[in-house]
Amino acid sequence: MALSETLPAEPEPIAIPQGYWSGVGARLVRDPLTVICASVILALILGAIFAPWLGLADPYKGSMIARLKPLGTEGHILGTDEQGRDMLARLIYGGRLTLFIGLMPVVLAFFIGSTLGILAGYVGGITNTIIMRTVDVFFAFPSVLLAIAISGALGAGIVNSLVSLTIVFIPPLTRVAEAVTSGVRSLDYIDAARATGASALTVIRVHVIGNVLSPIFVYATSLTSVCMILAAGLSFLGIGVRPPEPEWGLMLNTLRSAIYVNPWLSALPGVMIFVTSLCLNLLSDGLRSAMNVRD
Amino acid sequence: MLTYLIRRLILVLPVAFGVSVICFLLVQIAPGDPLTAIMPVDATAEEQDAMRAAYGLDKPLPVQYAFWIGNLVQGDMGKSIATGRPVAGEVFGAVQNSLLLALSAAVIAFPIGIFLGFLAGYFRDTWIDRVVTAVSIAGVSVPNYWLGIVLVIIFSVNLGWLPSMGAGPGGSSEWEWNWLHMRHLVLPAVTLAVVPIGIVARTVRALAGEILTQDFVQALYAKGMSRADVLRHVARNAAATALSVMGLQLGYLLGGSILIETVFNWPGSGFLLSNAIFQRDLPLLQGTILVLALFFVAMNLIVDVAQAAIDPRVQRT
Repeated sequence: MALSETLPAEPEPIAIPQGYWSGVGARLVRDPLTVICASVILALILGAIFAPWLGLADPYKGSMIARLKPLGTEGHILGTDEQGRDMLARLIYGGRLTLFIGLMPVVLAFFIGSTLGILAGYVGGITNTIIMRTVDVFFAFPSVLLAIAISGALGAGIVNSLVSLTIVFIPPLTRVAEAVTSGVRSLDYIDAARATGASALTVIRVHVIGNVLSPIFVYATSLTSVCMILAAGLSFLGIGVRPPEPEWGLMLNTLRSAIYVNPWLSALPGVMIFVTSLCLNLLSDGLRSAMNVRD
Repeated sequence: MLTYLIRRLILVLPVAFGVSVICFLLVQIAPGDPLTAIMPVDATAEEQDAMRAAYGLDKPLPVQYAFWIGNLVQGDMGKSIATGRPVAGEVFGAVQNSLLLALSAAVIAFPIGIFLGFLAGYFRDTWIDRVVTAVSIAGVSVPNYWLGIVLVIIFSVNLGWLPSMGAGPGGSSEWEWNWLHMRHLVLPAVTLAVVPIGIVARTVRALAGEILTQDFVQALYAKGMSRADVLRHVARNAAATALSVMGLQLGYLLGGSILIETVFNWPGSGFLLSNAIFQRDLPLLQGTILVLALFFVAMNLIVDVAQAAIDPRVQRT
């Protein structure tokens, strides 16, 4: 008590001390474009999750007499597909597989690539050479070609698509993780930590990960849009999701036979892919500037 | 320059080796016995063993790889299971068509991308910049196989101006330089050009913006140099990086055109690839991927060397 009386009056608080993440969050919320894109993605994900409770038509049940109904048909607001199935239901249900196969590979590749990259960047030496030269080989394939090659060899199927797309995105993430980690590795505080006798694992866990994860994370988010397009592209080629599952790329493929009958209907699944990938790209850009990450 | 060239050439060898290993392994990860495609269903176990030995499939993998690579360097990539014709001939015929498509797309994309990017970089933070940025983000976000379908709907189905598929009248795959054939090239080339327009515009915008704020630009203006001459200096500074991005994009155009070739039934390597996939024609799949990947490796090499030739700073890194 006595002590506080001797101190001068407390100055007006200039800034409330914030954590890093609340700062990022505050900057994100102030960016209208990012907020819109995040809402669109969120709506698509929620729609996909809660599709059975939205009162939609059965996405698998077709009708021979109601095939390729145009947009705005009564009872089928977005028309029906080539087997008479309700398009609105299939588009919303289609988000389930499309978003899952479009986002999951980046998540998996983020964990695997970060681990490999941090390991290569921190340990260095022969470990680094082996990991990074292997990664270099994968860079010799354009990503579309690599995804199609692996999926083509493995055959169609959801798991095979996940595997091939994960393999496609591990190398770029490993390369970024390695670059960031070797940058951090040479800083003085790492040497200081090592000098105090901290084990390699402790140094990585306590000092490295926190400093390298945000640039790797931002880079990973920038890959999600490509991954979406590729995942739907595999299904479009017929080497991804198998019919009759609703999936945007596959729907785009099966509706191609209808472009002379009902052209705009057949373009609808692609609109979904485009909007999703556009929002993912803008979201990633917003995140990049909010987190102050430079390329 | 010569030492740089040699060093770069030596670095390519392990990558080319790795590429060949991956292509070799592609066939190994494929489910099912490769023999089932070529053997009659009622073949006995002895016949199967004989066939396996004849193809060398009873040997360990490294030995099989050595055989395969040995044939490969002699230009023998095996025979297509579906057609029985040599893979090499099929692939090179198709790659020519793909190259034509990729180069046409590049001819459309690069000038537009450079122009838009430079405009945005020069008029940074104006409405021009915002429009170009929006265009380039849309360009890199669009699933181009869908864009192809939309263009077909507009220009083939609704307007009837351009053909929607094939590389020539009557489904011919023999290319000729006349309007009858070139009309078939318009839609696939434009579709394929959209993504590189976005990427090149984005790159050039960043480059131009960065270089224009450097001190030497101020110095050039200060000594009274005309705007056009200053921009020539800026262009020279940006050339090396812009060139390398464009070279890589050309490689991507060739390797990534498979989806567009499928949309337009373009008789190129992508079309060949999707046929190979659906007929489980693994030698053809392997050969096509290998040729496309090696082309990409070569493209990377050319880009690096060209970059070093233009910009001496590159050689030191």
